[in-house]
Amino acid sequence: MLSVEGLKVRYGQIEAVKGLDFTVAQGEIVTLLGANGAGKTSTLAGIAGLAPATGMIRFENQNLIGLRPEDISRRSIALTPEGRRVFPALTVAENLLLGGAMHHKGGSLDATREEMLTLFPILRERYRQRAGLLSGGEQQMLAIARSLMSQPRLLLLDEPSLGLAPKIVDEVFRLIAGLRQKGITILLVEQNAVRALDIADRGYVLVNGRITLQGKGRELAQSDEVRAAYLAA
Amino acid sequence: MEFFIQQLVNAISLGGIYALLALGLAVVFSIVGLINFAHGELMTVAGYGLFFAIGVSLGLPIAIVVAIFAAVAMALLIERVAFRPMRRADVTGLLLTSFAVSVILRVLFQNGISARGMPVPMPSALAGSIDLGFAHIGVIPLLSIVATAVSLGGLLLFLKHTVVGTAMRAAAQDFAVVRLMGIPANRVVAVAFAVSGVLAGVAAFLWVAQRGSVDPLMGFVPVLKAFVAAIIGGLGGLAGAVAGGFVLGFLEVACQAFLPAAILPYRDAFVLGIVILILVLRPEGLIPAQTGKRS
Repeated sequence: MLSVEGLKVRYGQIEAVKGLDFTVAQGEIVTLLGANGAGKTSTLAGIAGLAPATGMIRFENQNLIGLRPEDISRRSIALTPEGRRVFPALTVAENLLLGGAMHHKGGSLDATREEMLTLFPILRERYRQRAGLLSGGEQQMLAIARSLMSQPRLLLLDEPSLGLAPKIVDEVFRLIAGLRQKGITILLVEQNAVRALDIADRGYVLVNGRITLQGKGRELAQSDEVRAAYLAA
Repeated sequence: MEFFIQQLVNAISLGGIYALLALGLAVVFSIVGLINFAHGELMTVAGYGLFFAIGVSLGLPIAIVVAIFAAVAMALLIERVAFRPMRRADVTGLLLTSFAVSVILRVLFQNGISARGMPVPMPSALAGSIDLGFAHIGVIPLLSIVATAVSLGGLLLFLKHTVVGTAMRAAAQDFAVVRLMGIPANRVVAVAFAVSGVLAGVAAFLWVAQRGSVDPLMGFVPVLKAFVAAIIGGLGGLAGAVAGGFVLGFLEVACQAFLPAAILPYRDAFVLGIVILILVLRPEGLIPAQTGKRS
Protein backbone atom coordinates (compact mmCIF):
# COMPACT_ATOMS: atom_id res chain seq x y z
CA MET A 1 0.00 0.00 0.00
CA LEU A 2 2.77 2.39 1.04
CA SER A 3 6.26 1.92 -0.26
CA VAL A 4 9.06 4.28 0.69
CA GLU A 5 12.40 4.25 -1.11
CA GLY A 6 15.43 6.39 -0.36
CA LEU A 7 13.39 8.86 1.67
CA LYS A 8 15.34 11.90 2.83
CA VAL A 9 13.83 14.69 4.92
CA ARG A 10 15.76 17.85 5.52
CA TYR A 11 15.14 20.82 7.80
CA GLY A 12 17.39 23.61 6.60
CA GLN A 13 20.92 22.30 7.03
CA ILE A 14 19.91 19.29 9.08
CA GLU A 15 19.17 16.03 7.34
CA ALA A 16 16.84 14.31 9.78
CA VAL A 17 16.11 11.28 7.60
CA LYS A 18 18.97 9.93 5.53
CA GLY A 19 17.57 7.47 3.07
CA LEU A 20 14.87 5.13 4.36
CA ASP A 21 13.36 2.11 2.64
CA PHE A 22 10.29 0.50 4.10
CA THR A 23 6.85 -0.72 3.18
CA VAL A 24 3.44 -0.94 4.78
CA ALA A 25 0.99 -3.46 3.36
CA GLN A 26 -2.78 -3.11 3.32
CA GLY A 27 -4.27 -3.92 6.72
CA GLU A 28 -0.97 -3.97 8.60
CA ILE A 29 0.13 -2.17 11.71
CA VAL A 30 3.77 -1.22 11.21
CA THR A 31 5.77 0.59 13.84
CA LEU A 32 8.83 2.82 13.58
CA LEU A 33 10.94 2.67 16.72
CA GLY A 34 13.93 4.69 17.76
CA ALA A 35 15.35 7.09 20.28
CA ASN A 36 14.59 10.80 20.39
CA GLY A 37 15.95 12.49 17.28
CA ALA A 38 16.22 9.26 15.29
CA GLY A 39 14.02 10.75 12.56
CA LYS A 40 10.69 9.07 13.29
CA THR A 41 8.58 12.23 13.41
CA SER A 42 10.42 13.64 10.38
CA THR A 43 9.59 10.50 8.43
CA LEU A 44 5.87 10.94 9.13
CA ALA A 45 6.11 14.68 8.38
CA GLY A 46 7.72 13.83 5.05
CA ILE A 47 4.98 11.36 4.12
CA ALA A 48 2.23 13.83 5.12
CA GLY A 49 3.81 16.66 3.14
CA LEU A 50 4.63 18.82 6.15
CA ALA A 51 8.40 18.65 5.62
CA PRO A 52 10.29 18.78 2.31
CA ALA A 53 11.18 15.23 1.31
CA THR A 54 13.10 13.63 -1.53
CA GLY A 55 13.21 10.07 -2.74
CA MET A 56 10.09 8.06 -3.47
CA ILE A 57 6.92 7.73 -1.41
CA ARG A 58 4.52 5.54 -3.36
CA PHE A 59 0.99 5.26 -2.05
CA GLU A 60 -1.24 3.01 -4.14
CA ASN A 61 1.13 3.56 -7.06
CA GLN A 62 1.12 7.35 -6.88
CA ASN A 63 4.21 9.29 -5.87
CA LEU A 64 3.48 11.66 -2.98
CA ILE A 65 6.78 13.57 -3.16
CA GLY A 66 6.16 17.25 -3.76
CA LEU A 67 2.45 17.18 -2.93
CA ARG A 68 1.06 19.63 -0.38
CA PRO A 69 -0.38 18.39 2.93
CA GLU A 70 -3.91 19.19 1.77
CA ASP A 71 -3.46 17.08 -1.39
CA ILE A 72 -2.10 14.14 0.59
CA SER A 73 -5.02 14.35 3.01
CA ARG A 74 -7.37 14.02 0.07
CA ARG A 75 -5.60 10.82 -0.98
CA SER A 76 -6.89 9.20 2.22
CA ILE A 77 -3.80 9.54 4.37
CA ALA A 78 -4.23 11.14 7.79
CA LEU A 79 -1.53 12.15 10.28
CA THR A 80 -2.27 12.47 13.99
CA PRO A 81 0.68 14.65 14.94
CA GLU A 82 2.93 14.39 17.95
CA GLY A 83 1.65 16.38 20.89
CA ARG A 84 -1.97 15.92 19.67
CA ARG A 85 -2.25 19.51 18.42
CA VAL A 86 -5.99 19.80 18.80
CA PHE A 87 -7.30 23.34 18.23
CA PRO A 88 -7.55 24.44 21.88
CA ALA A 89 -9.90 27.39 21.40
CA LEU A 90 -12.31 25.38 19.25
CA THR A 91 -14.92 23.03 20.66
CA VAL A 92 -14.72 19.27 20.32
CA ALA A 93 -17.52 19.54 17.74
CA GLU A 94 -15.56 22.08 15.69
CA ASN A 95 -12.36 20.03 15.83
CA LEU A 96 -14.24 17.02 14.50
CA LEU A 97 -15.97 19.08 11.83
CA LEU A 98 -12.68 20.34 10.41
CA GLY A 99 -11.27 16.81 10.38
CA GLY A 100 -13.93 15.70 7.92
CA ALA A 101 -14.94 18.96 6.26
CA MET A 102 -13.19 18.30 2.94
CA HIS A 103 -13.88 14.57 2.75
CA HIS A 104 -17.64 14.21 2.77
CA LYS A 105 -20.64 15.08 0.72
CA GLY A 106 -24.16 15.38 2.08
CA GLY A 107 -25.06 13.33 5.13
CA SER A 108 -21.98 11.12 5.30
CA LEU A 109 -20.22 13.68 7.52
CA ASP A 110 -22.94 13.34 10.16
CA ALA A 111 -22.78 9.55 9.95
CA THR A 112 -19.00 9.52 10.42
CA ARG A 113 -19.27 11.95 13.33
CA GLU A 114 -21.87 9.73 14.96
CA GLU A 115 -19.53 6.77 14.49
CA MET A 116 -16.71 8.70 16.20
CA LEU A 117 -18.91 9.72 19.13
CA THR A 118 -19.86 6.07 19.58
CA LEU A 119 -16.24 4.95 19.37
CA PHE A 120 -15.15 7.69 21.80
CA PRO A 121 -18.04 8.23 24.26
CA ILE A 122 -16.00 10.80 26.19
CA LEU A 123 -16.12 13.10 23.16
CA ARG A 124 -19.91 13.02 23.22
CA GLU A 125 -19.84 14.15 26.84
CA ARG A 126 -17.40 16.94 26.03
CA TYR A 127 -18.97 17.78 22.67
CA ARG A 128 -19.58 21.50 23.30
CA GLN A 129 -16.46 22.12 25.39
CA ARG A 130 -13.29 23.74 24.19
CA ALA A 131 -10.65 21.19 23.28
CA GLY A 132 -8.10 23.07 25.40
CA LEU A 133 -10.09 22.13 28.51
CA LEU A 134 -9.79 18.39 27.87
CA SER A 135 -7.31 16.19 29.71
CA GLY A 136 -4.27 14.87 27.84
CA GLY A 137 -5.89 11.50 27.24
CA GLU A 138 -9.12 13.08 26.04
CA GLN A 139 -7.16 15.34 23.71
CA GLN A 140 -5.40 12.31 22.27
CA MET A 141 -8.76 10.63 21.66
CA LEU A 142 -9.98 13.81 19.99
CA ALA A 143 -6.84 14.05 17.83
CA ILE A 144 -7.30 10.46 16.64
CA ALA A 145 -11.04 10.93 16.09
CA ARG A 146 -10.35 14.13 14.15
CA SER A 147 -7.99 12.20 11.87
CA LEU A 148 -10.54 9.41 11.45
CA MET A 149 -13.19 11.92 10.38
CA SER A 150 -11.51 11.98 6.97
CA GLN A 151 -12.04 8.20 6.71
CA PRO A 152 -8.37 7.55 5.95
CA ARG A 153 -7.14 4.28 4.53
CA LEU A 154 -3.67 4.94 5.97
CA LEU A 155 -3.35 6.47 9.43
CA LEU A 156 0.00 7.86 10.58
CA LEU A 157 0.15 8.01 14.37
CA ASP A 158 2.96 9.99 15.99
CA GLU A 159 3.62 9.11 19.64
CA PRO A 160 -0.01 8.61 20.65
CA SER A 161 0.94 7.46 24.16
CA LEU A 162 3.30 10.34 24.95
CA GLY A 163 2.65 11.89 28.34
CA LEU A 164 -0.42 9.81 29.13
CA ALA A 165 -1.20 7.92 32.34
CA PRO A 166 -0.65 4.14 32.09
CA LYS A 167 -4.37 3.38 32.21
CA ILE A 168 -5.01 5.76 29.30
CA VAL A 169 -2.07 4.28 27.39
CA ASP A 170 -3.80 0.87 27.60
CA GLU A 171 -6.94 2.41 26.20
CA VAL A 172 -5.09 4.10 23.33
CA PHE A 173 -3.34 0.88 22.29
CA ARG A 174 -6.57 -1.11 22.53
CA LEU A 175 -8.14 1.47 20.31
CA ILE A 176 -5.32 1.33 17.73
CA ALA A 177 -5.58 -2.45 17.58
CA GLY A 178 -9.33 -2.02 17.08
CA LEU A 179 -8.85 0.36 14.14
CA ARG A 180 -7.14 -2.42 12.23
CA GLN A 181 -10.35 -4.44 12.52
CA LYS A 182 -12.07 -1.59 10.69
CA GLY A 183 -9.65 -2.03 7.80
CA ILE A 184 -7.45 0.98 8.50
CA THR A 185 -3.76 0.49 7.82
CA ILE A 186 -1.55 2.05 10.47
CA LEU A 187 2.00 3.37 10.59
CA LEU A 188 2.79 3.93 14.25
CA VAL A 189 5.70 5.90 15.67
CA GLU A 190 6.34 5.17 19.34
CA GLN A 191 8.84 5.51 22.11
CA ASN A 192 7.00 2.86 24.03
CA ALA A 193 8.56 -0.02 22.09
CA VAL A 194 7.08 -2.80 24.23
CA ARG A 195 3.51 -1.69 23.69
CA ALA A 196 4.06 -0.81 20.03
CA LEU A 197 5.62 -4.20 19.16
CA ASP A 198 2.83 -5.90 21.05
CA ILE A 199 0.18 -4.74 18.58
CA ALA A 200 2.38 -4.33 15.47
CA ASP A 201 2.74 -6.86 12.67
CA ARG A 202 6.16 -5.58 11.77
CA GLY A 203 8.60 -2.96 13.00
CA TYR A 204 11.62 -0.97 11.89
CA VAL A 205 14.28 0.45 14.19
CA LEU A 206 15.70 3.87 13.27
CA VAL A 207 19.05 5.17 14.41
CA ASN A 208 20.26 8.55 13.21
CA GLY A 209 17.92 8.71 10.26
CA ARG A 210 18.63 5.18 9.01
CA ILE A 211 16.97 1.82 9.47
CA THR A 212 19.24 -0.53 11.40
CA LEU A 213 16.88 -3.38 12.09
CA GLN A 214 13.56 -4.72 10.90
CA GLY A 215 11.37 -7.69 11.48
CA LYS A 216 8.11 -9.13 12.74
CA GLY A 217 6.75 -7.51 15.89
CA ARG A 218 7.34 -10.47 18.21
CA GLU A 219 10.79 -11.20 16.74
CA LEU A 220 11.94 -7.63 17.22
CA ALA A 221 10.69 -7.63 20.78
CA GLN A 222 12.88 -10.72 21.40
CA SER A 223 15.98 -9.43 19.61
CA ASP A 224 18.97 -8.59 21.77
CA GLU A 225 19.62 -5.29 20.05
CA VAL A 226 16.12 -3.96 20.61
CA ARG A 227 16.04 -5.27 24.15
CA ALA A 228 19.32 -3.58 24.91
CA ALA A 229 18.52 -0.28 23.25
CA TYR A 230 14.83 0.32 23.78
CA LEU A 231 13.38 -2.20 26.13
CA ALA A 232 15.95 -1.78 28.86
CA ALA A 233 14.54 -1.40 32.34
CA MET B 1 -26.54 65.80 29.38
CA GLU B 2 -27.27 66.17 25.68
CA PHE B 3 -23.63 67.11 25.06
CA PHE B 4 -22.53 64.02 26.92
CA ILE B 5 -24.79 61.71 24.92
CA GLN B 6 -23.69 63.27 21.66
CA GLN B 7 -20.06 62.71 22.59
CA LEU B 8 -20.84 59.16 23.59
CA VAL B 9 -22.42 58.52 20.20
CA ASN B 10 -19.43 60.11 18.47
CA ALA B 11 -17.07 57.92 20.48
CA ILE B 12 -18.95 54.73 19.62
CA SER B 13 -19.17 55.60 15.94
CA LEU B 14 -15.49 56.58 15.63
CA GLY B 15 -14.44 53.60 17.75
CA GLY B 16 -16.55 51.39 15.52
CA ILE B 17 -14.66 52.48 12.40
CA TYR B 18 -11.34 51.84 14.12
CA ALA B 19 -12.66 48.50 15.32
CA LEU B 20 -13.61 47.44 11.78
CA LEU B 21 -10.19 48.42 10.45
CA ALA B 22 -8.31 46.85 13.35
CA LEU B 23 -10.32 43.66 12.84
CA GLY B 24 -9.30 43.62 9.19
CA LEU B 25 -5.64 43.85 10.20
CA ALA B 26 -6.08 41.23 12.92
CA VAL B 27 -7.88 38.69 10.72
CA VAL B 28 -4.99 38.68 8.26
CA PHE B 29 -2.31 38.87 10.95
CA SER B 30 -3.74 35.98 12.93
CA ILE B 31 -3.47 33.67 9.92
CA VAL B 32 -0.57 34.90 7.81
CA GLY B 33 1.51 36.66 10.48
CA LEU B 34 1.53 39.77 8.30
CA ILE B 35 0.72 43.36 9.29
CA ASN B 36 -0.82 44.51 6.05
CA PHE B 37 0.11 48.18 5.78
CA ALA B 38 -1.64 48.23 2.42
CA HIS B 39 -4.91 47.85 4.33
CA GLY B 40 -5.36 51.63 4.10
CA GLU B 41 -5.26 51.40 0.33
CA LEU B 42 -8.13 48.90 0.45
CA MET B 43 -10.08 51.69 2.13
CA THR B 44 -8.99 54.15 -0.53
CA VAL B 45 -10.02 51.79 -3.33
CA ALA B 46 -13.42 51.45 -1.71
CA GLY B 47 -13.60 55.24 -1.47
CA TYR B 48 -12.95 55.55 -5.21
CA GLY B 49 -15.53 52.83 -5.80
CA LEU B 50 -18.08 55.02 -4.01
CA PHE B 51 -16.91 58.04 -5.98
CA PHE B 52 -17.32 56.38 -9.38
CA ALA B 53 -20.56 54.60 -8.53
CA ILE B 54 -22.17 57.77 -7.21
CA GLY B 55 -20.68 59.65 -10.17
CA VAL B 56 -22.70 57.50 -12.57
CA SER B 57 -25.73 57.98 -10.28
CA LEU B 58 -26.09 54.39 -9.16
CA GLY B 59 -27.66 55.37 -5.87
CA LEU B 60 -26.11 54.99 -2.44
CA PRO B 61 -27.02 51.37 -1.56
CA ILE B 62 -25.59 50.06 -4.82
CA ALA B 63 -22.59 52.38 -4.48
CA ILE B 64 -21.84 50.86 -1.07
CA VAL B 65 -21.94 47.38 -2.58
CA VAL B 66 -19.62 48.53 -5.37
CA ALA B 67 -17.24 50.00 -2.79
CA ILE B 68 -17.12 46.78 -0.78
CA PHE B 69 -16.61 44.70 -3.92
CA ALA B 70 -13.77 47.01 -4.98
CA ALA B 71 -12.02 46.56 -1.63
CA VAL B 72 -12.50 42.76 -1.71
CA ALA B 73 -11.23 42.52 -5.28
CA MET B 74 -8.17 44.59 -4.41
CA ALA B 75 -7.53 42.53 -1.27
CA LEU B 76 -7.67 39.28 -3.28
CA LEU B 77 -5.49 40.78 -6.01
CA ILE B 78 -2.69 41.89 -3.68
CA GLU B 79 -2.83 38.55 -1.86
CA ARG B 80 -2.46 36.69 -5.15
CA VAL B 81 0.13 38.95 -6.78
CA ALA B 82 2.21 40.22 -3.86
CA PHE B 83 1.80 38.09 -0.75
CA ARG B 84 1.34 34.55 -2.05
CA PRO B 85 4.77 34.47 -3.72
CA MET B 86 6.18 35.71 -0.39
CA ARG B 87 4.39 33.05 1.72
CA ARG B 88 7.64 31.55 2.96
CA ALA B 89 9.27 34.92 3.63
CA ASP B 90 10.11 36.07 7.15
CA VAL B 91 8.36 38.87 9.03
CA THR B 92 10.64 41.57 7.63
CA GLY B 93 10.09 40.42 4.06
CA LEU B 94 6.33 40.45 4.51
CA LEU B 95 6.42 43.88 6.16
CA LEU B 96 8.48 45.37 3.32
CA THR B 97 6.15 43.77 0.77
CA SER B 98 3.13 45.36 2.40
CA PHE B 99 4.84 48.78 2.47
CA ALA B 100 5.75 48.38 -1.19
CA VAL B 101 2.19 47.46 -2.16
CA SER B 102 0.91 50.42 -0.18
CA VAL B 103 3.25 52.90 -1.89
CA ILE B 104 2.64 51.49 -5.37
CA LEU B 105 -1.12 51.75 -4.97
CA ARG B 106 -0.90 55.30 -3.64
CA VAL B 107 1.20 56.38 -6.62
CA LEU B 108 -1.25 54.68 -8.96
CA PHE B 109 -4.12 56.60 -7.37
CA GLN B 110 -2.21 59.88 -7.60
CA ASN B 111 -1.21 59.44 -11.24
CA GLY B 112 -4.17 57.45 -12.48
CA ILE B 113 -6.98 59.36 -10.81
CA SER B 114 -5.90 62.56 -9.14
CA ALA B 115 -3.63 63.73 -6.37
CA ARG B 116 -6.41 65.99 -5.15
CA GLY B 117 -9.48 65.01 -3.21
CA MET B 118 -12.57 64.11 -5.24
CA PRO B 119 -15.96 65.10 -3.84
CA VAL B 120 -18.31 62.24 -3.01
CA PRO B 121 -21.75 63.81 -2.59
CA MET B 122 -23.85 62.03 0.01
CA PRO B 123 -27.66 62.10 0.02
CA SER B 124 -28.91 65.08 2.03
CA ALA B 125 -30.79 62.73 4.34
CA LEU B 126 -27.44 61.69 5.82
CA ALA B 127 -26.52 65.26 6.75
CA GLY B 128 -29.36 65.77 9.22
CA SER B 129 -29.87 64.71 12.78
CA ILE B 130 -32.55 62.77 14.57
CA ASP B 131 -34.34 64.00 17.68
CA LEU B 132 -34.38 61.08 20.09
CA GLY B 133 -36.28 63.13 22.68
CA PHE B 134 -33.36 63.43 25.07
CA ALA B 135 -30.77 64.40 22.48
CA HIS B 136 -30.23 65.32 18.84
CA ILE B 137 -28.01 62.72 17.23
CA GLY B 138 -26.43 62.98 13.77
CA VAL B 139 -27.64 60.49 11.17
CA ILE B 140 -24.11 59.57 10.13
CA PRO B 141 -22.88 58.62 13.63
CA LEU B 142 -26.03 56.55 14.11
CA LEU B 143 -25.52 54.91 10.74
CA SER B 144 -21.91 54.16 11.72
CA ILE B 145 -23.01 52.44 14.89
CA VAL B 146 -25.59 50.34 13.07
CA ALA B 147 -23.19 49.43 10.25
CA THR B 148 -20.48 48.48 12.73
CA ALA B 149 -22.87 46.34 14.76
CA VAL B 150 -24.15 44.57 11.64
CA SER B 151 -20.60 43.96 10.37
CA LEU B 152 -19.37 42.62 13.70
CA GLY B 153 -22.43 40.40 14.04
CA GLY B 154 -22.06 39.14 10.49
CA LEU B 155 -18.39 38.36 11.00
CA LEU B 156 -19.14 36.52 14.23
CA LEU B 157 -21.78 34.37 12.50
CA PHE B 158 -19.39 33.70 9.63
CA LEU B 159 -16.54 32.65 11.92
CA LYS B 160 -18.74 30.48 14.15
CA HIS B 161 -21.13 28.87 11.72
CA THR B 162 -19.33 28.25 8.44
CA VAL B 163 -16.68 25.65 7.76
CA VAL B 164 -14.26 28.15 6.26
CA GLY B 165 -14.82 30.53 9.21
CA THR B 166 -14.10 27.70 11.64
CA ALA B 167 -11.03 26.80 9.59
CA MET B 168 -9.85 30.42 9.87
CA ARG B 169 -10.10 30.33 13.66
CA ALA B 170 -8.25 27.02 13.65
CA ALA B 171 -5.58 28.36 11.29
CA ALA B 172 -4.89 31.19 13.73
CA GLN B 173 -3.99 28.48 16.27
CA ASP B 174 -2.17 25.92 14.13
CA PHE B 175 -2.13 26.39 10.36
CA ALA B 176 -0.12 23.25 9.61
CA VAL B 177 -2.74 21.02 11.22
CA VAL B 178 -5.52 22.75 9.28
CA ARG B 179 -3.69 21.71 6.11
CA LEU B 180 -3.35 18.16 7.44
CA MET B 181 -7.17 18.09 7.53
CA GLY B 182 -7.14 18.59 3.75
CA ILE B 183 -8.23 22.22 3.93
CA PRO B 184 -6.36 24.20 1.26
CA ALA B 185 -4.06 26.85 2.75
CA ASN B 186 -4.58 29.16 -0.21
CA ARG B 187 -8.32 29.18 0.26
CA VAL B 188 -8.11 30.01 3.97
CA VAL B 189 -5.66 32.84 3.31
CA ALA B 190 -7.70 34.23 0.41
CA VAL B 191 -10.87 34.25 2.51
CA ALA B 192 -9.02 36.06 5.30
CA PHE B 193 -7.98 38.77 2.84
CA ALA B 194 -11.51 38.95 1.42
CA VAL B 195 -12.93 39.42 4.92
CA SER B 196 -10.42 42.19 5.59
CA GLY B 197 -11.55 43.77 2.32
CA VAL B 198 -15.22 43.70 3.34
CA LEU B 199 -14.36 45.35 6.67
CA ALA B 200 -12.20 47.98 4.94
CA GLY B 201 -15.03 48.65 2.48
CA VAL B 202 -17.60 49.26 5.21
CA ALA B 203 -15.15 51.45 7.14
CA ALA B 204 -14.37 53.41 3.97
CA PHE B 205 -18.04 54.18 3.39
CA LEU B 206 -18.47 55.44 6.97
CA TRP B 207 -15.27 57.50 6.70
CA VAL B 208 -16.24 59.06 3.37
CA ALA B 209 -19.78 59.71 4.57
CA GLN B 210 -18.37 61.96 7.28
CA ARG B 211 -15.84 63.75 5.11
CA GLY B 212 -17.53 63.88 1.73
CA SER B 213 -14.41 63.32 -0.32
CA VAL B 214 -11.80 60.72 -1.26
CA ASP B 215 -8.10 61.26 -1.97
CA PRO B 216 -5.09 58.96 -2.52
CA LEU B 217 -3.96 59.23 1.10
CA MET B 218 -7.42 58.68 2.55
CA GLY B 219 -6.68 55.30 4.12
CA PHE B 220 -3.34 56.17 5.63
CA VAL B 221 -4.34 57.89 8.87
CA PRO B 222 -7.28 55.68 9.86
CA VAL B 223 -5.29 52.50 9.27
CA LEU B 224 -2.38 53.87 11.28
CA LYS B 225 -4.87 54.40 14.10
CA ALA B 226 -6.33 50.95 13.52
CA PHE B 227 -2.82 49.55 13.88
CA VAL B 228 -2.54 51.33 17.23
CA ALA B 229 -5.96 49.93 18.16
CA ALA B 230 -4.92 46.40 17.21
CA ILE B 231 -1.79 46.71 19.36
CA ILE B 232 -3.77 48.02 22.33
CA GLY B 233 -6.17 45.13 21.95
CA GLY B 234 -3.46 42.46 21.77
CA LEU B 235 -2.28 41.90 18.22
CA GLY B 236 -3.92 39.07 16.36
CA GLY B 237 -6.87 38.54 18.66
CA LEU B 238 -10.20 39.48 17.09
CA ALA B 239 -11.97 40.42 20.32
CA GLY B 240 -8.91 42.46 21.26
CA ALA B 241 -8.98 44.35 17.96
CA VAL B 242 -12.59 45.37 18.54
CA ALA B 243 -11.89 46.39 22.14
CA GLY B 244 -8.79 48.32 21.06
CA GLY B 245 -10.74 50.15 18.36
CA PHE B 246 -13.41 51.30 20.79
CA VAL B 247 -10.86 52.28 23.46
CA LEU B 248 -9.00 54.41 20.93
CA GLY B 249 -12.23 55.99 19.66
CA PHE B 250 -13.32 56.85 23.20
CA LEU B 251 -9.91 58.31 24.06
CA GLU B 252 -9.88 60.51 20.98
CA VAL B 253 -13.41 61.81 21.46
CA ALA B 254 -12.89 62.34 25.19
CA CYS B 255 -9.70 64.31 24.63
CA GLN B 256 -11.38 66.30 21.86
CA ALA B 257 -14.34 67.13 24.08
CA PHE B 258 -12.71 67.78 27.41
CA LEU B 259 -9.18 69.09 26.78
CA PRO B 260 -8.88 72.88 27.23
CA ALA B 261 -8.73 74.78 23.93
CA ALA B 262 -5.13 75.84 24.52
CA ILE B 263 -3.77 72.29 24.46
CA LEU B 264 -6.29 70.83 22.01
CA PRO B 265 -3.72 70.86 19.16
CA TYR B 266 -1.79 68.28 21.20
CA ARG B 267 -4.77 65.93 21.33
CA ASP B 268 -3.03 63.07 19.55
CA ALA B 269 -0.05 63.37 21.88
CA PHE B 270 -2.38 62.93 24.84
CA VAL B 271 -4.16 59.99 23.21
CA LEU B 272 -0.93 58.22 22.31
CA GLY B 273 0.46 58.99 25.77
CA ILE B 274 -2.47 57.12 27.30
CA VAL B 275 -1.91 54.31 24.78
CA ILE B 276 1.69 54.01 25.95
CA LEU B 277 0.47 53.93 29.53
CA ILE B 278 -1.95 51.10 28.69
CA LEU B 279 0.86 49.14 27.06
CA VAL B 280 3.16 49.70 30.04
CA LEU B 281 0.48 48.25 32.29
CA ARG B 282 -0.56 45.50 29.86
CA PRO B 283 2.31 44.82 27.47
CA GLU B 284 0.42 42.06 25.67
CA GLY B 285 -2.63 44.24 25.10
CA LEU B 286 -6.07 44.27 26.64
CA ILE B 287 -7.04 40.79 25.41
CA PRO B 288 -3.87 38.88 24.47
CA ALA B 289 -4.28 36.76 21.35
CA GLN B 290 -4.55 33.02 21.82
CA THR B 291 -1.94 31.32 19.71
CA GLY B 292 -1.65 27.92 21.34
CA LYS B 293 0.66 26.52 18.70
CA ARG B 294 1.79 23.28 20.27
CA SER B 295 0.73 21.78 23.53
